[in-house]
Amino acid sequence: MSLIHEIDYGTPASRSEAQVTLTIDGREVTVPAGTSIMRASMEAGIQVPKLCATDMVDAFGSCRLCLVEVDGRNGTPSSCTTPVAPGLVVHTQTERLKQIRKGVMELYISDHPLDCLTCAANGDCELQDMAGAVGLRDVRYGYEGDNHVKARNNGEINVKWMPKDESNPYFTYDPSKCIVCSRCVRACEEVQGTFALTIEGRGFDSRVSPGMHEHFLESECVSCGACVQACPTATLTEKSVIAIGQPEHSAVTTCAYCGVGCSFKAEMRGEELVRMVPYKDGQANRGHSCVKGRFAYGYANHKDRILNPMVREKITDPWREVTWEEAFAHVASEFKRLQYQYGRDSIGGITSSRCTNEETFLVQKLIRAGFGNNNVDTCARVCHSPTGYGLGQAFGTSAGTQNFDSVEHSDVVVVIGANPTDGHPVFGSRLKKRLRQGAKLIVIDPRRIDLVKTPHVEAAYHLPLKPGTNVAVLTALAHVIVTEGIFDEAFIRERCDWSEFQDWAAFVAEPQHSPEETEKFTGVPAELIRGAARLYAQGGNGAIYYGLGVTEHSQGSTTVMAIANLAMATGNIGRPGVGVNPLRGQNNVQGSCDMGSFPHELPGYRHISDDATRDTFEKMWGVTLNNEPGLRIPNMLDAAVEGTFKGIYIQGEDILQSDPDTKHVSAGLAAMECVVVHDLFLNETANYAHVFLPGSTFLEKDGTFTNAERRINRVRKVMSPKNGYADWEVTQKLAQAMGLNWTYTHPSQIMDEIAATTPSFAGVSYDYLETMGSVQWPCNEKYPVGSPIMHVDGFVRGKGKFIRTEYVATDERTGPRFPLLLTTGRILSQYNVGAQTRRTENVVWHDEDRLEIHPHDAEQRGIKDGDWIRLASRAGDTTLRALITDRVAPGVVYTTFHHPDTQANVITTDFSDWATNCPEYKVTAVQVSPSNGPTEWQQDYEELTRRARRIAGKMEAAE
Amino acid sequence: MNVHVAGGIYAERALSIIRERKHLEGPMLPILHAMQHEFGFIPEEVKPVIADELNLSRAEVHGVVTFYHDFRDAPAGRHTLKLCRAEACQSMGADAVANRLRQLLGIDFHQTTLDGAVTLEPVYCLGLCACAPAAMLDDEVYGRVDEDCLAEIVAEVRR
Repeated sequence: MSLIHEIDYGTPASRSEAQVTLTIDGREVTVPAGTSIMRASMEAGIQVPKLCATDMVDAFGSCRLCLVEVDGRNGTPSSCTTPVAPGLVVHTQTERLKQIRKGVMELYISDHPLDCLTCAANGDCELQDMAGAVGLRDVRYGYEGDNHVKARNNGEINVKWMPKDESNPYFTYDPSKCIVCSRCVRACEEVQGTFALTIEGRGFDSRVSPGMHEHFLESECVSCGACVQACPTATLTEKSVIAIGQPEHSAVTTCAYCGVGCSFKAEMRGEELVRMVPYKDGQANRGHSCVKGRFAYGYANHKDRILNPMVREKITDPWREVTWEEAFAHVASEFKRLQYQYGRDSIGGITSSRCTNEETFLVQKLIRAGFGNNNVDTCARVCHSPTGYGLGQAFGTSAGTQNFDSVEHSDVVVVIGANPTDGHPVFGSRLKKRLRQGAKLIVIDPRRIDLVKTPHVEAAYHLPLKPGTNVAVLTALAHVIVTEGIFDEAFIRERCDWSEFQDWAAFVAEPQHSPEETEKFTGVPAELIRGAARLYAQGGNGAIYYGLGVTEHSQGSTTVMAIANLAMATGNIGRPGVGVNPLRGQNNVQGSCDMGSFPHELPGYRHISDDATRDTFEKMWGVTLNNEPGLRIPNMLDAAVEGTFKGIYIQGEDILQSDPDTKHVSAGLAAMECVVVHDLFLNETANYAHVFLPGSTFLEKDGTFTNAERRINRVRKVMSPKNGYADWEVTQKLAQAMGLNWTYTHPSQIMDEIAATTPSFAGVSYDYLETMGSVQWPCNEKYPVGSPIMHVDGFVRGKGKFIRTEYVATDERTGPRFPLLLTTGRILSQYNVGAQTRRTENVVWHDEDRLEIHPHDAEQRGIKDGDWIRLASRAGDTTLRALITDRVAPGVVYTTFHHPDTQANVITTDFSDWATNCPEYKVTAVQVSPSNGPTEWQQDYEELTRRARRIAGKMEAAE
Repeated sequence: MNVHVAGGIYAERALSIIRERKHLEGPMLPILHAMQHEFGFIPEEVKPVIADELNLSRAEVHGVVTFYHDFRDAPAGRHTLKLCRAEACQSMGADAVANRLRQLLGIDFHQTTLDGAVTLEPVYCLGLCACAPAAMLDDEVYGRVDEDCLAEIVAEVRR
């Protein structure tokens, strides 16, 4: 194993089709037109010295080190800013160039500290490399004059010197080491799109400045790490590198946070993780990252992590640490007892969207083949189950249609109920880059998300709808497209069922769906709807990206269908730049759905009642499978309360915190006799558990994650599991204890089993992934290299299906008691229920959930910014602090759900999507009133949590 | 390091200055000139206002403002005296003039006299090389600056 060094070509690749041939140092090189001489040289293996150029950002031409000579041209042009031309004869090393480069380096080094031996970048410093490359031996200017290097100069305070900025928890800014190459500034602008950095002053006074000469933490910086990655010196350095030293080997793996699925190099010293660096060949992230994937991995070593299995008889007892063998034997005997006593269907399990495909596959296999029922469900139930259902109905596949690269070809982007710059930041950056190039943006969201207006990006239309009226707004958009005749008739006739279209068109054209009518209850001005519809239908390549603001409604599935209708009606399917793209919340939520985690579906979305599919698995597994769908999560809880469901194996999910109506969840769990929680931490669900099996992190196992673009990415083990076993091994040992004869020795064998049984994965194997890097399903004989874009020559189901989308208002209504509508969302620095990110330094950005409330509503209730408020719905109440902002409209309040002490889901109700039971998180009628402190429920719960987390023989952690 | 200015006495006026000019092509410099004209300097608190109105980041506005020496971060004295320090003027004795001026005013470059009468700034070429050494008092240029000329300037600013 060695450190993976990626070649830096100096300037981005050219996309030109035309090829140009030139000669560099006597070698003939052929490259696409528009390529820089620097890049062409590197492609030929000739490294031109450089400092300010790096291939993540455009050429800048400031360092004057990459100069070359070109026969027949005057002077010494910089190779980064000079494009190739046919027949050029370029020299990168001449006597004249050597002299110039030495002179330039001399100037650089005359204002740079000479502490290389003790410098954190020692071994990874481009300035050092270039000094070596140009043969710098002497600095004639000395170090005594004006400089930025020394705190005191000739005994006096040096006003030019600036101290280190250590405000960011993950990296430091040491201005004394800065060579002002602007790479950080350009990375922040071009790659991340935040524009948080600038060069202040001019000439010798030039300094990199976050914000207006602020500390990094106070500035607009979002801590994505692009600047740190771009810095050629130790000026911007990860604190982990300063603490540990340079890494010695690395492996490419996949981030375990959101559904973008960024590829990272995990850079290691032995088994210690030094840093995570985004991988430029990663086809989802193209070398970019966000604060979570790049830095927030500290939870893996957090003191709260549980490393030994634990058992207890009653949930009021303290935990008792046991051996793995005891734990497995206990669970197996309990599950057997329950099934004997209460029937085969009395137990079930929940797969995790945080675990690998292989692990998820094993859990559902354990339930179907071992428990002998289909009581398996997954957390996708509470997020994207309507996507699976809706897109399955309309197109024939339950997944997004595009790859992330596709956004580079979009002309109009519609973002519905998603907040990419917070929830999917790396995709958000790629989207912003396209918007800066001129693509138009339509945002449909009750809240003014960052994308509506952020430096250099402004939405053409923001439709601030009332929560719960998605279907009405989308049908109104369709109304405009149909009645104004701006649909794509040729596409529809060729690809879709024309008579179904006519039926749908007649439906949406009804006058009650006109924007003027829907405005009355959606709150979106008709003119905005008309403008947005025209732009989407006629603005070129139109792409729709959506999130949980679409799915987590009582009409979630209907909304997904309405989105599919819009895309089909305008011909925006089946080529780059268009499509319907769910932004998946979790790293492997796509994969967990693919792997047969739903009670009615075997892997590959094939119904459990389908005899041929069952036959495949029955032959492979040597069992008879139940052909009836099992229980969904809410049904399991209902059954538990009724007394017919008694035991559950929950892998990597905190249903108590993430599922709606917390009181109902806790009642269900409390009614069970054997709750097995398999997780990194004693999560909230574990308060009700009888057995705790410690989990492993993504750094500790091999496997694959499937991201939102159906991309199967490898996860590679870089350290041994601290708890002893990877999660797939735990499931296997549990299965063995229950009498199943499983003998997997590596996750690749599980993937082989998936490939052998599931047609859309037929071509996938670890060897193939090793060659390809990653691959997008379907990957089989028909699509040997995978499918970046789906439905290219026709829909998977045959003809695209238009479905009527009647708006039915949710039963959750505002009234005199609960006059406000609560909707929920995420924030950049925290992830989901926060189990991981709350255990990292990310809490400096967000250490509590706040309730966003419009100034008007706040004033009416006498609430000031920062006040404690009581948030009550008919389901329950909680307290948190208010944040007064006009991001939300009057009548709407908003909060995040990252912190367990807030328990936003105490408030949410048990209404859910009509088709899939996906809970209606995004609409709850609430009242807000001033408060002095925690509610009774919060106090009780805190006491319960404290008692439930006691471990026998261990002192309670002093808080 | 944090240099936010408390209060909002400039922000409101700044907003109307910005809105009158934001339709211009490349509106930032006209806006900054108007602010400097109005306030005598570019108050820190108007930078976020400009950023918000032009849909830029605070950093970008800060970068532009600090790039130009003419945009001041604090008000100048009643008069601003700029003395050319570029090559042609240096060769014609600008250094001696500078020393004499420092003596007469009792301040160094970038400083303002205690009575607030004048701020002394270096400038790198006024385009008056033929009449070096050159100076500029407020909007008026002086060529071939000598002892008499300096006396006149000092009398003018002290008036």
